[in-house]
Amino acid sequence: MIIEILSDMCLLFGGIFTLTGAIGLLRLPNFFTRLHAASVTESLAAPLLIVGIILDTGFTLDSAKLVLIIIIMVVANPTITHALCRAAAHGGVNPDMDTKNNEISQSKTETEISAKELK
Amino acid sequence: MNELLGHFNYWIVIFLMMMGLYMVIASSNLIKKLIGLSVFQASVFILYITFGKITKGSPPIITDNVDVYSNPLPHVLILTAIVVGVATTSVGLALIVRIKEAYGSTDEDDIHDMDDNDDFHIKNDRSIT
Amino acid sequence: MIENLHLIIDVCLLAFLVLIAFAAMKVTNLFVATMLFGIFSFVTALLFLDLDAVDVAFTEAAVGAGFSTVLMLAALRLSGAVENAKHRHSALGLFIVVLTGAALIYGTSDFPIMGDANAPVQLHLAPEFIALTQEKIDIPNVVTAVLASFRGYDTFGETVVIFSAGVAVLLLLGMGHVEPKNEPEQSTVLWVVVKPFIALILIFGLYVQFHGDFGAGGGFQAGVIFASGIILYSLVFGEGYARKVVPSKILPRLAALGVLIYGVTGLASLLSDKPFLDYNALSSNPIAGQHMGIILVEAGVGLAVFSTVLLIFYSFSGVNHNE
Repeated sequence: MIIEILSDMCLLFGGIFTLTGAIGLLRLPNFFTRLHAASVTESLAAPLLIVGIILDTGFTLDSAKLVLIIIIMVVANPTITHALCRAAAHGGVNPDMDTKNNEISQSKTETEISAKELK
Repeated sequence: MNELLGHFNYWIVIFLMMMGLYMVIASSNLIKKLIGLSVFQASVFILYITFGKITKGSPPIITDNVDVYSNPLPHVLILTAIVVGVATTSVGLALIVRIKEAYGSTDEDDIHDMDDNDDFHIKNDRSIT
Repeated sequence: MIENLHLIIDVCLLAFLVLIAFAAMKVTNLFVATMLFGIFSFVTALLFLDLDAVDVAFTEAAVGAGFSTVLMLAALRLSGAVENAKHRHSALGLFIVVLTGAALIYGTSDFPIMGDANAPVQLHLAPEFIALTQEKIDIPNVVTAVLASFRGYDTFGETVVIFSAGVAVLLLLGMGHVEPKNEPEQSTVLWVVVKPFIALILIFGLYVQFHGDFGAGGGFQAGVIFASGIILYSLVFGEGYARKVVPSKILPRLAALGVLIYGVTGLASLLSDKPFLDYNALSSNPIAGQHMGIILVEAGVGLAVFSTVLLIFYSFSGVNHNE
């Protein structure tokens, strides 16, 4: 009974965090802030959903495979976010919070950004 | 209502198919054309898999306590089709890379103009090594 | 209740697909269009899962959402123009498309309702194949049994098609020559995480190859997953180092070897006075012969697909381009 309630809560919260990730993806102004919101979905919501399913299936071979999937997901998803961030910084996405101009400014290269920071 | 829901898959498939066809006909960029072709292919796959689905069926892997299995034959056909589709897409993309090297552009209108004016030369001579 | 849930998921996923295809049609930025194409393939894989097609979903996710997107990104990078797609309207095209669509929708009025167990397509061959698989081949995955044994000729043709695609890409692009960079790009997080991951991916590829008889899986998926491990290595550590791990000269030979394994398995049964690709001839016990035949054939397919996928990736990444 408790396990059922716990499973339902995990699934519910997984859905809520997915929703907040999606709203953040649409509403936030800059690429890096949007990435920050999307990383909630992949690092918190997905493992929560799978924990909910594990609690529901009980102690079988399937839940052992699901535990393996959670481990892989918890390691891989933040790495993917990091790789995206790195690629964006290398490609010259402007990290300034300019809410009036949402376009990605491709004109700056990494050397220009670091040169600007040195000044 | 049952008729509507029962045929919903087919109508969406036809809609997707026509969107893919329109992308192939009307895009001037070659890569967009390939994307349209892939959309067309995927819609045909969905059509076949829809044919194979049986209500209250289960995937065609023989387990105990299951009496109705979904039809495995469309699955086999579409497995082959997906792999052949990716083979065709890769050859198409290789052709696009070579066209870009020869003409300098991946836009169909520009390529036709260059052909009409006999305005191109092979910019890069390649051999298989 | 569960059936209603299946239907709701089905309707939602199809609506997503329509929106994604519409967006892919409208955007002019080719990079965005390629990403939308990747998402389209992924949602298609989810839809296949909802329609009980687990093997097909597996293949579509690995091939469509994985390899196809990587290839398209590589081609996009090589062809240079990322934001130049002109928007062209074609009234004649629209008219043709609407006319064809209307004709096809009129044609679907005779189709059976989705999921109908008494539709003509469900009554003839499918129950026979399911019964025959349990009786003559005795493996749980019916799709693998039909693919490798009952319809083995078609799968042979498909392997040859994949091989020909590899040959065509070789003829067009060649594999080029990439030297390993002396100072590969430093990225501590990626290096540390990706190394055990590649091992995991390769082991998973082998698992999928040999587990294809018992669950979803088989030669195609395994070949693509195995190649994805090497592609991941080349994306993170540099193309030159990947070519030291798997040299480019070996790949066409491996692909040919895969097709050869498939053909030789068929020839072996010819030598025992049985038809081509009849696995009953491979052993004294027909069921054991079927098992051996399926394993050999799937190994040939996996090898051919792995080498061809990697060969195509090497061809795209070995093109010298001026930036």
